[in-house]
Amino acid sequence: MRRLRFLSFWLGALIGALTGRGRRKRIVEEGSESPGAELAVVGLLLLSAVFAIGFVVVLATGSWPNRTQYEGIALGGSLLLMAFALILVSKKLIVTEQNEEDYPEPEHPEEQAEVTQIVRESGSRFTRKRLVKGAFAAAGGALGVAAIAPAISFGPALDPFELNWTPWKRGKRLVTEDGAPLKASDIEMETFYTAYPEHSARDNIAAPVVIVRLQPRALKLPRSRRNWAPQGIVAYSKICTHAGCAIALYRKPTFPPVQPDPALVCPCHYSTFDPAAGGKVLFGPAGRNLPQLPLMIDSAGHLRAAGNFSGPVGPSWWGVRMKGPITQDR
Amino acid sequence: MIRRAVRFIDTRAGAAPFIKATLRYVFPDHWSFLLGEVALYAFIVLVATGTYLTFFFHPSLADTVYHGTYAPLRGQKMSEAYKSVVDISFHVKAGLLIRQTHHWAANVFVAAIVLHLMRIFFTGAFRKPRELTYIIGILMLFATLLEGYAGYSMVDDLLSGMGLAIGYGVALSLPFVGGNLALLIWGAPYPGDPSFESRLFIAHVFILPVLIGTLIAVHLTLVASRHHTQFRKEKRMTNRRLVGVPTFPGQAPRSLGLMLGVAGILLLLGGLIQINPIWLWGPYHLAQGTNGAQPDWYLGWLIGALRLVPHFDVTIGSYTLVPNPFWGGALFPLIVMGVLLAWPWLERRFSPQRGFHNLLDRPRDAPGRTAFGVAFLLWVFLIFFAGAADRIYLFLGWSYQEQIWIYRGLVWVLPVIAFFVTRSVCRELQAIERVEEVREAAEAEAQAASA
Repeated sequence: MRRLRFLSFWLGALIGALTGRGRRKRIVEEGSESPGAELAVVGLLLLSAVFAIGFVVVLATGSWPNRTQYEGIALGGSLLLMAFALILVSKKLIVTEQNEEDYPEPEHPEEQAEVTQIVRESGSRFTRKRLVKGAFAAAGGALGVAAIAPAISFGPALDPFELNWTPWKRGKRLVTEDGAPLKASDIEMETFYTAYPEHSARDNIAAPVVIVRLQPRALKLPRSRRNWAPQGIVAYSKICTHAGCAIALYRKPTFPPVQPDPALVCPCHYSTFDPAAGGKVLFGPAGRNLPQLPLMIDSAGHLRAAGNFSGPVGPSWWGVRMKGPITQDR
Repeated sequence: MIRRAVRFIDTRAGAAPFIKATLRYVFPDHWSFLLGEVALYAFIVLVATGTYLTFFFHPSLADTVYHGTYAPLRGQKMSEAYKSVVDISFHVKAGLLIRQTHHWAANVFVAAIVLHLMRIFFTGAFRKPRELTYIIGILMLFATLLEGYAGYSMVDDLLSGMGLAIGYGVALSLPFVGGNLALLIWGAPYPGDPSFESRLFIAHVFILPVLIGTLIAVHLTLVASRHHTQFRKEKRMTNRRLVGVPTFPGQAPRSLGLMLGVAGILLLLGGLIQINPIWLWGPYHLAQGTNGAQPDWYLGWLIGALRLVPHFDVTIGSYTLVPNPFWGGALFPLIVMGVLLAWPWLERRFSPQRGFHNLLDRPRDAPGRTAFGVAFLLWVFLIFFAGAADRIYLFLGWSYQEQIWIYRGLVWVLPVIAFFVTRSVCRELQAIERVEEVREAAEAEAQAASA
């Protein structure tokens, strides 16, 4: 019996040595072959290669009309064909095993206890633990503040009233996009104009204004602004007081035709302002009226600012109602 | 050959046990588990296409004049940034394809994350021991929104400018610190310091992608360390025992196929379906705006929220406590994020289940959670649709103002109704199942008796 076992062991070893491998049990299950699927996979992969080469050809030759479409079809097609090949491989050529395994242990109480112990015991030489912890916290906190302090060089955060600057002041002429001074006679009814302060930077939130001409009788301006609208021409900041978009719509598209009163409308969130009533908010989310720019007409018929806006320009912030607009011509 | 490669790696890295464990890691077999993978693969496409784009993009607001091949823009003043994107679109080889694929991938990325989140939420996959994985996922979603916003903002076309103006308005609106913070971020009153463009750029191509990539790595490590959850489709699938397909050979080719498929579809979209045609919007000028250019879908809920709030600023004397955009642009997304982050703990408060959950619920199994989820989702979606009221006006002619008034009511009423309807539907489904079970048991008994 012992001898037989001995013999079979050596026989096994001999066969193993001859065939070059130990006899191991299969890990991956066996399955049937499927030559048709294999051919299909080869076909898909070759087609994928053709598409990929097609992409290179389109790139190299270059001057096709609709080049982007061909590029997309070639490169996307190549990837998709390869994807199909892989899905076919996983469906038809690879055994779909169902394996089972236990979920990992939910917790390791022994290690938890040990970690706690290590941390606890390593602090046993301290006699003033709280004091040391406090000192570390103080140093760490201070260092943290020091580390983010250079961020102050990002912007003038300490004096936010720069937000109230505007380039407008009494006497400033209103000019068009091209820099030509606007005449009162240029301003027609039923439409609106964008104007800028003459000789000032235009990439400033307080620079652009909208101008509309209304029937002087239709004006409902506050008493203090009686003289702000010569000939019924009114000017307002073009920047919405809600979120800073440009007020690019005049009465459209929010109002149905049955509501004929003109209104200035921001296309971002449809804040709607009444130009006849000093920029009062009619609808939409804006929390402040639209700042009005007082106008006057000089002896040459040109439109000029008669002062600064009725309030700060742009979206609200904590200090927006604390100071008026500050003239700062850059 | 294979043997030698494995041996080489094992002797150098000692990795054979790890490789074996990885190959035999078990994936549960259910289609809904693909959603997270789609997001991952969209991210890979984003990194690849984005890298190509950075070679040609100039993050600079310096003035220049266009003299390129696109006739309508010739002679126009624009920034270097905008010009470089026009050049990428018309001049760089495959530039338009890659740019559009990048943009499509961003849209698909966020959509896949949202769908994945819905799967996780409605099946209770976020419960102990997977709360950290879930929280990281939520943080990723919001990092992704910022990333997408920074991406389309740095092009400096008209759409960018309008989006940035709104972002500036929302930053300004933060109580107590808004004015200071906006000046810190933008460097000057809007449109800000020219260096703002490079800040956007570094955020979009370095800080946020690295953050998202790191979060993805931690997310996946945590998934692997606790293993996947599973539905109980068979008796042997229990809270302690996982049944599914091994990584190799089962899951790997499928997943690789999915990756190539996602990339292929994104490239087809990028090649065939136009997205963000920046040459039509034109370069940004402060005094311009249009409602023709619409932002990416995933910002629609914020636009809706900003539009729905009635016109008021909260003031104390001359101090403006809460400027209006705060409600829709900051508080609303913070509430959504806060509720999502707190949900695993909120739920534990109201339900007695405290143990480990490896088995998934079907939505009907947890009527309270499902009802809350449907109501919450409906709330966000109604606000999202409110953001499209102007489109509805243009296409159907319904008065914009009337729509907004209707939405202002609906967003509070419909979710409450949805909560109770969903809860009773779930309970009804459960009851039907119980009846069914009793009937089957009775039938089996009758059969046994007759036999």
